[in-house]
Amino acid sequence: MALVLNDISYKVDNNAYLEGINLSFEAGSFNVLLGRTLAGKTSLMRIIAGLDKPSSGTIEMNGQDVTGLAVQKRNVSMVYQQFINYPNMTVEQNIASPLTLAGCPADEIKRRVQETAELLHIQDFLQRYPLELSGGQQQRCAMARALVKEADVILFDEPLVNLDYKLREALRVELKSLFKSRDCIAIYATTEAQEALALGGSTTLLHEGRVLQSGLAMDQYAKPVNLDAADLFHEPPLNLFHASLRQGKINFIAEHSVAAVPGLNQLPDGEYQFGLRPDHITLEANTEDHIRLDGLVDLAEISASETYLHVSVGDLSWVAHIQGIQPMHTQTPVKLYFPLHKLFVFDSQGKALNWPELQRSGSGSDG
Amino acid sequence: MNKVQNNRAWWLVLPMFVLVAFSAIIPLMTVVNYSVQDIFDQNTAYFVGIEWYQEVLRDTRLHDSLLRQFTFSFSVLLIEIPLGIAVALTMPKKGWQSSLCLILLALPLLIPWNVVGTIWQIFGRADIGLFGWALNAIGVDYNYTANTVDAWLTVLLMDVWHWTPLVALLCYSGLRAIPDAYYQAAQIDRASSWAIFRHIQLPRLKSVLVLAVLLRFMDSFMIYTEPFVLTGGGPGNATTFLSQTLTQMAIGQFDLGPAAAFSLVYFLIVLLVSWLFFTTISHMEKDKSDG
Amino acid sequence: MANIILSGLAHSYSENPSGMDDYAIHALNHEFKQGGAYALLGPSGCGKSTLLNIISGLLTPSEGDVLFDQQSVTHLSTAERNIAQVFQFPVVYDSMTVGENLAFPLKNMKLPKQQIQQKVEEIAELLELSDILTKKARNLSADQKQKVSMARGLVRENVSAILFDEPLTVIDPHLKWKLRRKLKQIHEQLNITMLYVTHDQLEAATFADEIAVMYQGKIVQFGTPQDLFERPNHTFVGYFIGSPGMNFIDFNKMDTSYAAQALFAKLSPVQQEILEEVKSDNIQLGIRPEFVQISQQSEANAVEVDFVSVEHLGTFQIVTTCFAGKELKVRVSEHWHRQSDVLYLSFPSEWLKLYIDDYLVGESMESEHE
Repeated sequence: MALVLNDISYKVDNNAYLEGINLSFEAGSFNVLLGRTLAGKTSLMRIIAGLDKPSSGTIEMNGQDVTGLAVQKRNVSMVYQQFINYPNMTVEQNIASPLTLAGCPADEIKRRVQETAELLHIQDFLQRYPLELSGGQQQRCAMARALVKEADVILFDEPLVNLDYKLREALRVELKSLFKSRDCIAIYATTEAQEALALGGSTTLLHEGRVLQSGLAMDQYAKPVNLDAADLFHEPPLNLFHASLRQGKINFIAEHSVAAVPGLNQLPDGEYQFGLRPDHITLEANTEDHIRLDGLVDLAEISASETYLHVSVGDLSWVAHIQGIQPMHTQTPVKLYFPLHKLFVFDSQGKALNWPELQRSGSGSDG
Repeated sequence: MNKVQNNRAWWLVLPMFVLVAFSAIIPLMTVVNYSVQDIFDQNTAYFVGIEWYQEVLRDTRLHDSLLRQFTFSFSVLLIEIPLGIAVALTMPKKGWQSSLCLILLALPLLIPWNVVGTIWQIFGRADIGLFGWALNAIGVDYNYTANTVDAWLTVLLMDVWHWTPLVALLCYSGLRAIPDAYYQAAQIDRASSWAIFRHIQLPRLKSVLVLAVLLRFMDSFMIYTEPFVLTGGGPGNATTFLSQTLTQMAIGQFDLGPAAAFSLVYFLIVLLVSWLFFTTISHMEKDKSDG
Repeated sequence: MANIILSGLAHSYSENPSGMDDYAIHALNHEFKQGGAYALLGPSGCGKSTLLNIISGLLTPSEGDVLFDQQSVTHLSTAERNIAQVFQFPVVYDSMTVGENLAFPLKNMKLPKQQIQQKVEEIAELLELSDILTKKARNLSADQKQKVSMARGLVRENVSAILFDEPLTVIDPHLKWKLRRKLKQIHEQLNITMLYVTHDQLEAATFADEIAVMYQGKIVQFGTPQDLFERPNHTFVGYFIGSPGMNFIDFNKMDTSYAAQALFAKLSPVQQEILEEVKSDNIQLGIRPEFVQISQQSEANAVEVDFVSVEHLGTFQIVTTCFAGKELKVRVSEHWHRQSDVLYLSFPSEWLKLYIDDYLVGESMESEHE
């Protein structure tokens, strides 16, 4: 079983919501669509579900063209941002509803409802009505309804966004394990990179209706194809600056001129945009190829164990993500250091040309 | 594979088409047919073209009742819309009081038209009617069967009594649909009650009000039963509105041709005014959103 | 500008509360100092929005008093309290332009036109709304609308306090931190008491100088983000702050295993003393994943654990291990590299916390006084 999207485009009144989407999803896979609001995630899901028809392109399910097939015939289920349940039915009836519609025998319905409810830890609330449950439990009920059907494709449209983050953490872990033993295709849309990284699975980056990149979220984090892709993974965004590369030397802001490190020195001379993760800036010089920046603190945002330091260096505003608490007042002079080998390089169009080396934990990602 | 999905769905719409054809299109065509012919009996009819239309448009009876009709409809709108909003605003928001208010408001709407006419006919009489008697008792010389102004006031009062509840109920539902956060925000912004009405309630009532105005306009423009029962169109022709003139023509005099032409003109007027009203409102919306 | 004191506050939504469960808030005493940036943090249903509405005057508490600068305002209206509030979902006046929206609270105060104009421009500048001042508010996107709502909250001078009720819910993640930063800067400039309700620890920590963590209608801890992180007063705070939350290890005094002994040895004398005397069975040791030290070789005082899984989350990784049958998480750098299935964990004494009946005990005197 596989789902293949061939050159899907979707336009309404000359507004292109999706353009030239080519994707394929394998049976038993967990897939993440990562993109900002209005990037086209929901449009794509609606097309996969059969709620909308693409303006052009085809959808294949197991080699069969299902582009024009109505949603009722596709065996898909969908979980939404809002907790959508039938308010006049009990949790049990809610979960059972797709099976009742399909005309399943009563004892089978009972068994499957019980199983699914246990999977989602709502077996104790079966006789309650959805509105008597907390938000997290309501969403579990909606998920159970989607799961019980044993659909070929299950679509999650930012299902956790309306829950508080501790619940999100818990449900995320459960979802991941829930799909390990299933052979349906799960597609999960989110705006949060952390969620994509935590869920794992193959991730597709969507931006303004186009696919930027597909693959493992970790690889995309390490090697974004362009600035838009890099932006999706960074919050606060990458620190960016323009500089020119001449004969193996980077002519830097504040009249710095330093020798380019391996990787950078293979690039032809010219103007580039350099990007740097907030996490790679430190307050001490601890690498040999560091660059020092002298700036003034704009704002120190202190989170539990770390500090986001917003610093003005000349006309540029930098963000440093520093471990530990740094209670610095506005306008305090500060020295920032960053290693040259941690620089991303983009051309003037934002296409990525060089990425910093990431030491991957070899056997670590098998968990 | 087939790209057009679910062609069978068209069958579901078919009964509706048939219904509309029988209830609207076919009768309308009959009227059109009458309006261009001079009919003597079942077998003799002459095609007369637009002659009936010309006659009807020159008819002073029509002119007079058209003028009366507009005066009536606009007076009704001017009174009922603000009054309906005011009633909706003062209604209790929750609890048994609000249910009671809703029931009381709905009562006049449940009474058949001709009964409404009869109620007011008796209610307004100077000898046995509470209203007429009371007015005369306090020294007001009130007699709706003889005095034009009194007759008009009574017809208006009757319509306001009968239909303001509709406007009020519509507005009430519109008001209930405004989220609490808006009122809270307004409270925090220290808005006066007037400012709350002007900037929160009125803008959010707009769509409901458009509906109310349209309904009340069309309905009052076609009013027949109530004034017919109450005043019979009198005194003189003072409260003879369009539909009554039409009925007199069609049934009283059996002038089917002119009556058919009249009907169509009437129909077109209602359509035109409603259309004008509707497009003006929607244009206002558009202009605003461009701004 | 005001000092806000909550005294003996309790609130129930039912008219005849029958038990503790009927109370959204109970026995709450607290003080918010003038000019501070505070956050009320807690999961949904913990009573934080109820508390906010009581402070703003949209709700009258069943019991207790709200004092602004020593004056009871419990029965005063929102307008009389001079409070500004920003709601979770944007509230804009649809029929007005953005500029008119901002001017609205000032117009209601009947300020002179010129002053209104000046103030509106100033706030619009601050929140980057200057370009859209003449646009109709109804045509804006959700996050722009929310900015307008915020601006309307900020436009009045001399308000007693500005309250924010999860204001960033509808904002796209990449704009969230921008707005958060903006609010923080505005706070530094305006010196107004700001109270920010959220369930997001990052939002709370980056915005507020001090955070009140609410749980089941009570404030279980009030302190700086650092306090909440390093010395959670209650197991709930430990769990709720931090991602993942604090590791809790059930501790049994009778347990003579090597692991239990090793843990006991790491405790401070004060903690050990308390443990000797305590009657309760509900004893837990807590340590943050950030403070657990992980090693691939056996070390003195380290306990052996089984590796379960690792999650790579960009700049860091979370290693899940199995310790005495329970999951224990450790945060490691992005460069960490696992070599074997057996790992060794050690727990630095200063970060090992003792909880009895869910409350923190046995801290050294100085930290208790804070």
